[in-house]
Amino acid sequence: MTTAESSRLKAIQHQLRGGVEIVTGTLRRNPLTLLGALIVCFLGLLAVFGPVVTPYDPAAQNLPNRLQPPSLVHPLGTDQFGRDLLTRIVYGARFSLGIGLAVTAIRAVIGTAVGLVSGYAGGWVDEALMRLVDIQLAFPGLVLALVVAGILGPSLQNLLFALAVVGWSTYARVVRGSVLSIKQRRYIDAARLVGTPPRRLFRRHLLPNVISPVVVIATLNLGTVVLATAGLSFIGLGAQPPTPEWGTMLAGGREHMRQAWWIVNAPGAAIMLTVLGFNLLGDGLRDTLDPRQQTRIEEV
Amino acid sequence: MISRAYLLYRTATSLVVLCGVSMLTFGLTFLTPGDPARTVLRQQYGQTPSPAVVDAFREEHGLDEPVVVQYVDWLTGVLQGDFGSSYISGRPVMELLAEALPPTLELSTAALLVAIVVAVPAGVLSAVHQGEWIDSLSQLGALIGVSMPNFWLGYLLIIVFSLQLSLFPVAGSSGLSHLVLPAIALGTGMTAIITRLVRMSLLEVLDEPYVKTARSKGLNERIVVYKHALRNALIPVVTVVGLQFGFLLSGAVVVEIVFQRPGIGVLLVDAVLARDYPVVQGAVLLIAVLFVLTNTLVDLTYQYLDPRIQLGGSQL
Repeated sequence: MTTAESSRLKAIQHQLRGGVEIVTGTLRRNPLTLLGALIVCFLGLLAVFGPVVTPYDPAAQNLPNRLQPPSLVHPLGTDQFGRDLLTRIVYGARFSLGIGLAVTAIRAVIGTAVGLVSGYAGGWVDEALMRLVDIQLAFPGLVLALVVAGILGPSLQNLLFALAVVGWSTYARVVRGSVLSIKQRRYIDAARLVGTPPRRLFRRHLLPNVISPVVVIATLNLGTVVLATAGLSFIGLGAQPPTPEWGTMLAGGREHMRQAWWIVNAPGAAIMLTVLGFNLLGDGLRDTLDPRQQTRIEEV
Repeated sequence: MISRAYLLYRTATSLVVLCGVSMLTFGLTFLTPGDPARTVLRQQYGQTPSPAVVDAFREEHGLDEPVVVQYVDWLTGVLQGDFGSSYISGRPVMELLAEALPPTLELSTAALLVAIVVAVPAGVLSAVHQGEWIDSLSQLGALIGVSMPNFWLGYLLIIVFSLQLSLFPVAGSSGLSHLVLPAIALGTGMTAIITRLVRMSLLEVLDEPYVKTARSKGLNERIVVYKHALRNALIPVVTVVGLQFGFLLSGAVVVEIVFQRPGIGVLLVDAVLARDYPVVQGAVLLIAVLFVLTNTLVDLTYQYLDPRIQLGGSQL
């Protein structure tokens, strides 16, 4: 084994140990994190395998069977078109988790890129980008997303786009702040003095330092994105019936609340469980990775 | 004292931001796939309009002008309090906004009151009895409150208190009885946030040397907590309450739809769906201006409450 190889192996071992410490440390400090992780895993499994297991079709109407209360055949009952609610909830998990992950990933990438450039470049680039962030922060995110999604035309794709373009400012601000403080450190000067090209500087020295806060924000953000997706679909600006999206299902159950409480409560509980899972996980991660950042991210 | 330089800086950046906000608000219209005039007319009449109708519509609403001219015209109007008139009803947007704003502010304020009245005692109890069952209970409540979608909570409240117990009306907006359930639905998320914050902030302050001094003097624990610690612990709470007020406005959009209450939310969503652009622009601009105003006010109040904070020195 060459020296280079063995030092790389050591680096990997070190990283692995760091990862294990993060997990055990988080669990020790905040046992509820485990609950959050379990909820998220459970929902993930549900989204992946649920549709394979269920014998029902999420969209096929079966009117004679409508508004059935929960029973052994239909554990969560049936909706106003006689469709099995559990099946629709399970299919809905795919939309909620899929959109949540996609939107959060896009936001994190845009926000991190803007923050890195803004913090590193300084000057008018920084000024311009930060005013852009200020303008975005001048709107409640949900309202902006609502208008963008509505004007593009109500559909899940447009909703995804709208949520992705309005929510990256938190990431940008936090990353910029980290970069500003890291920039002062000696080792960055040293790296620059020996002629490290900017790309390498970004990748090897700046990016690793901002990953933790970004991961924390992203996890906490997942819950808010799931809420916003459901909320906007509920208003009628996202998924359209008969798509088994949780917010859409909730809106459709309105007229049947009196006779069939399960139609609105099944998707409502599903949304809450998902958001709860992400919040527990995010709180735990924040305590471990970023103990100083105590404020929660409550934007959409 | 708030320095004059900071006030100037703050006003200048607020103006830059508001200018950007107005451009963004106006520009949103141009996201419409295809030609706005045609889309609006097709939406209104349900069929493809004739070219003559389209031209007339464009001329009437100034859509035949270049974009820059349209924007300047719109902005000049807005600065004089004229937001144009609705494509659908033909009524002035200003009138529609003036009708819709009071119920929304009423709902948001009521929700804010609910949140403060519940959250401050809950947070204090939690902090004073840290680690005991009452602390766990309030923390669990906060966790659930933060994860609860307000539209589902609204439906739950309707099912229990309107349909089962018939204590409150299902929908509508006249009088106090119509305000209770929506205010709870909207205020719960904020209650959760403030409870956590009061708890955390008070725990931090209770650890400060001056609190220890007060205790070692043999002061009554009550006086220590309520007179010495709580006052300082509430300073960050004021900031968050202020910043959250803007989010209450956007939450109100959804809650208004749940309870079918007239307000900015219903106005905005209906206008977006009908592509009634002047109304959309007016409502969005109004929300943004309210939001910027509250945030600026919060910043200034913050410094007033805690003179140690020097704003504007170093801009991070």
